[in-house]
Amino acid sequence: MKFDNIIIGGGLSGLTCGIKLAEQGKKCAIVSSGQSAIHFFSGSFDLLGKMDGQDVKNPLEAIKILPDTHPYQRVGIENISRLVVEAPRLLDRAGLNFFGKADENHFVLTPMGIMKPTWLTIDDFTRFEQNDAFPWKKAVILNFSGFLDFHTLFVQDGLKKYGVDTQIKNFAMKEFEAIRRNPSEMRSTNIAKVFDSGDALDEFAQKVNQLSEGFEVVLLPAVFGLFTKNVALNLKAKVNKPVVLLPAIPPSVPGIRSQILLRKRFEELGGTYFLGDNVEEGTFKNNRLVAVQTNNHGDIKLEADQFVLASGSFYSKGIVATREKLYEPILGLDIDGDTDSEKWLDEKFFNDQPYMHYGVKTDSGFRALKNGKPIENLFVAGSVLGGANALKEGSGAGISLLTSLHVAEQILK
Amino acid sequence: MKKEMFEPFNSSDNNFEQCVKCTICTVYCPVLEVNPDYPGPKQSGPDGERLRLKDQNFYDESLKLCLNCKRCEVACPHGVKIGDIIQLARIKYSKKKPKVRDMILANTDIVGTMASTFAPIVNPIVALKPVRLMMDGVLKIDHHRIFPEYAGMRFETWYRRYAASKQTDFKKHVSYFHGCYVNYNFPKQGKDLIKIMNAAGYGVHLLEKEKCCGVALISNGLIKQATKQARHNVEAFKKSIVDKNMPVISTSSTCIFTIRDEYPHLLGVKNDEIRNESELATRFLFRLIDSGKLKLVFKKDYRKRIAYHTPCHMEKLGWSVYSTALLKMIPGIDFVSLESRCCGIAGTYGFKKENYKTSQGVGKPLFDQIESSDIDFVATDCETCKWQIEMSTTKKVEHPISILAEALDVEATVKLWQK
Ligand SMILES: Cc1cc2nc3c(=O)[nH]c(=O)nc-3n(C[C@H](O)[C@H](O)[C@H](O)COP(=O)(O)OP(=O)(O)OC[C@H]3O[C@@H](n4cnc5c(N)ncnc54)[C@H](O)[C@@H]3O)c2cc1C
Ligand code: SF4
Ligand code: SF4
Repeated sequence: MKFDNIIIGGGLSGLTCGIKLAEQGKKCAIVSSGQSAIHFFSGSFDLLGKMDGQDVKNPLEAIKILPDTHPYQRVGIENISRLVVEAPRLLDRAGLNFFGKADENHFVLTPMGIMKPTWLTIDDFTRFEQNDAFPWKKAVILNFSGFLDFHTLFVQDGLKKYGVDTQIKNFAMKEFEAIRRNPSEMRSTNIAKVFDSGDALDEFAQKVNQLSEGFEVVLLPAVFGLFTKNVALNLKAKVNKPVVLLPAIPPSVPGIRSQILLRKRFEELGGTYFLGDNVEEGTFKNNRLVAVQTNNHGDIKLEADQFVLASGSFYSKGIVATREKLYEPILGLDIDGDTDSEKWLDEKFFNDQPYMHYGVKTDSGFRALKNGKPIENLFVAGSVLGGANALKEGSGAGISLLTSLHVAEQILK
Repeated sequence: MKKEMFEPFNSSDNNFEQCVKCTICTVYCPVLEVNPDYPGPKQSGPDGERLRLKDQNFYDESLKLCLNCKRCEVACPHGVKIGDIIQLARIKYSKKKPKVRDMILANTDIVGTMASTFAPIVNPIVALKPVRLMMDGVLKIDHHRIFPEYAGMRFETWYRRYAASKQTDFKKHVSYFHGCYVNYNFPKQGKDLIKIMNAAGYGVHLLEKEKCCGVALISNGLIKQATKQARHNVEAFKKSIVDKNMPVISTSSTCIFTIRDEYPHLLGVKNDEIRNESELATRFLFRLIDSGKLKLVFKKDYRKRIAYHTPCHMEKLGWSVYSTALLKMIPGIDFVSLESRCCGIAGTYGFKKENYKTSQGVGKPLFDQIESSDIDFVATDCETCKWQIEMSTTKKVEHPISILAEALDVEATVKLWQK
C-alpha cells in the first residue's frame, strides 16, 4: 500500500507532522499502536520552563544557550522563532485554541497548587501573569463527592502561600450515582461523559452558584467536554463567578479532546490513521527505508517516499531499556546514549537523570542513523529523539511540536 | 540487534498484568456510554480478572453486556486484550445456562436450513406482527426487530446447480467461505463475489463442507459446540490452503475475524497453518491490484454517493482500508466516510429483548450521521451491521463486493488479462 509519507506513532508529534504534510497535499498515513501521551496532558504545552533549576522567563532567549546537542539547537533558532508562531495556528485550524507567547512564559496553577511556567495553554484553563500572586483573595474549591482524582487539600495548601482564603466543599448529584457505585469508575472521563450526553450541566451550574456565594472565584477539576469543548464554555457562561479549572489526575479530559480533534483534522485532510496497529519492522535498500510491515497488514507492506519515526519515549516504547541494553525496537536504529547501563542512572533521584536524554541518533537534518549511516528518507521527531531531559527542563510538547513541524518542512523541501 | 528482544503488542494470551490502569479503554467503550449498569472494560477486564483469579465468585453476570466489539483493545496503549479477557471470563465462570432463545439465535445454520426450506412460509410469518409479539413475549426476542428474510434457494444449492462446473475454466483458484448469511439469507452476495473473482481470472470453489464459524455460539455461551465447529472448519480450510494451495476468502468480516483470531484466543483451537491465507475478499483483491497483478475496469455510467461504515471487527482487524480503497477506485463514486462507531447490534446481542435499548442507544450517533449525510446507500462488510442500519435508518446497505460487482465492466476487465 503506497503513500507519500508514513508516520510511525500517532501522538502529538506524529499528528502535527501528519497534519502539516496533509495540508500541503501529501497523501499520508499514521500508524499508532495505541492511544498516546496526549491523553495524560495537563492542558499546557511547555517550550522551556526551567534552566539550572530556575523558572525561565523568555524561552526564545534561553534556548540560545542550550547545548548544541539539544533538539532546539539542532532545529536552529531562526527556524524555532518561525515555528513557534506556526504551531498554535496549526492547532487552531484543528479547533484547538491555545494561547501564550514564546518570548514570555505565563503561569498555570497545577493540581499541587503551584504556579508553573509554560508556553501555550488550552482555553479551558486560566493563564496567570505572575508566579507569586493569585488574583483573588477568597476562593471556593469544589469537588464531586467520591471523586478521588482531584486533591483539594493540595490546592488549598498551595493557595495558602499566595495568601488566599479558601474553603473546600464536596457535593453530590443524582446524575453521578451510577458511576459512584463503583469508586474505581469515578474518573474524570466518566464524569465528563455524564455532562457530554445529558442535561446535568444546568443543575450543576446552579449548585456551583449556590455554593460559591460569598466567594470571589470557583476552582473545579477539569472534567468538562470530552467530545466537545462547548461544555466547558457553557459552564463558564452559566456560573456567575470566574471559574478556574485545574487538571485532575489523568487521563485528562482536555487531553483526550485534543487527541480526538487532531485525529479528526488529519482525517478530514485525507490522511489515513491506523489505530491499534503496530509497526513491526522495516525493509531497507541502499540506505533508504522502502516499506514497513505491521501487525494488521502482514504481507501487504506499507510503502512511502518518506517516513517519520515519532514513536515516543520510554513510556510509549519508542525506546526500550532492558537490564543490559538500550534500543530502538522497531527499526533497530542507532541510539544516542550510553551503552554501559551503569551510567544510565544518577544515584540521586532528583538529579538530571542521564537516561532521560537518550533517544534515536540523527544527523543534522533529523535523519535517523543506522549502523552509523543516515537513512536518507527516514526522519525522527518528538520525544523519541535524544538530547534533552524534557521532564526536568519542561520542554516536552515544545520539542514534539517544533521538531515535527521542522521535519515536515524537510520533507516538503 | 532488535529481533531477539522485541515483543510485539497484542501477542500474549491473557495479559491483564500489562494494564497500567490508565482508564483510556473506558473512554471508547460504546456500552458504557449508554448503560450505567455495565462496569466497563477496565473493571470487567483486567481489574476483574485479578479478583476472579482469587475467587471466581467475583464473576459478575453483567459482563454479558459486553458487545465484544474490541474497541477498547484498539485504544489501549498497552496492548491489553481486554475483550478477550471478558469473553474468556464469561466462558469460564458464567453459570447461567443459555436459554432456548439463545440457542435459536446462535444456531444460525440449523435454523437457516429449516427456514430457507420453508422460506415462502417463514418469511411472511416472522414478519407478522402477532408472531413478532409472540417471539417478544415467549422468547424475549425484541419485537422491534425485523428478521432478515430467508432466501428460497440456498447459495450452496445455487452454486452446485449453476456455477460449479464453470469454475474449472480458470488457471487460478480460491475457496470461498460464504457463511450462514450468504447461504440462507442473501445468496446474491455470493453470486456477486463469484462474478468479480471470475472477472479477475480466479475460479471460486466451496470448501469440502463449511460449518457456521460459530461466532453466535461463542457469544451465547455454547462453547462446546463452537469448539467442535471451529475444529471442523480449520480442517476444511487446511484441505484447501495446505493440500490444494488455494487461499480461502470470505465476504463476512465477522466470520473471518472469528476464524483468524477468536478460534485461537477464545476457543484454544490452533489455526497457524491457515491463518495467513484466510482473509477477506476485499483484502485479497486489493493485494492483487496493489502489486500490479490485476486491473479492474469500471462502467462509465455508474454514479453513486455512498458512505462506508466500519464494523467493529473491521476496526480491530484494521482492514476497512482495503474495502474503502476498492470503492474509491470506482470513478463514479462520491465517497463519504463515517466516523468509526459501533452500530450496536453485535450479532445476536441486539435481538435480545433485554439489550434492545442499549443496542439502539449505542447505534444512535451512527444512525444520525447516516441520516444527515445525503447518500444513496451505506456500504459495509458486516451482515449484522446491515440489518441494524437498515432497520434503524431510511438507508439501504450494500456490501462493497456487491457494489464492485454492479460497477464492474466484466468484459473489459477480462480482456486485460486474457490477451
Ligand atoms: C504521562 C505523560 C504526560 C505528559 N504531559 C505533558 C504535558 O502536560 N505537557 C507537556 O508539554 N509535555 C508533556 N509530556 C511530554 C510528552 O513527551 C510530549 O508532550 C508529547 O506528548 C510526546 O509526543 P510524541 O508524539 O513524541 O510521543 P507519544 O505521545 O508518546 O506518542 C508515541 C506514539 O507512538 C506509538 N508507537 C510506539 N511504538 C509504535 C509502533 N511500533 N508501531 C506503531 N505505533 C507505535 C505509541 O502507541 C504512541 O501513540 C508528557 C509525557 C508523558 C509520558
Ligand atoms: S487502556 Fe489498557 S492499560 Fe489502560 S486501563 Fe484499559 S486495559 Fe488498562
Ligand atoms: S469489547 Fe466493546 S463493549 Fe466490550 S468492554 Fe470492550 S469496548 Fe466495551
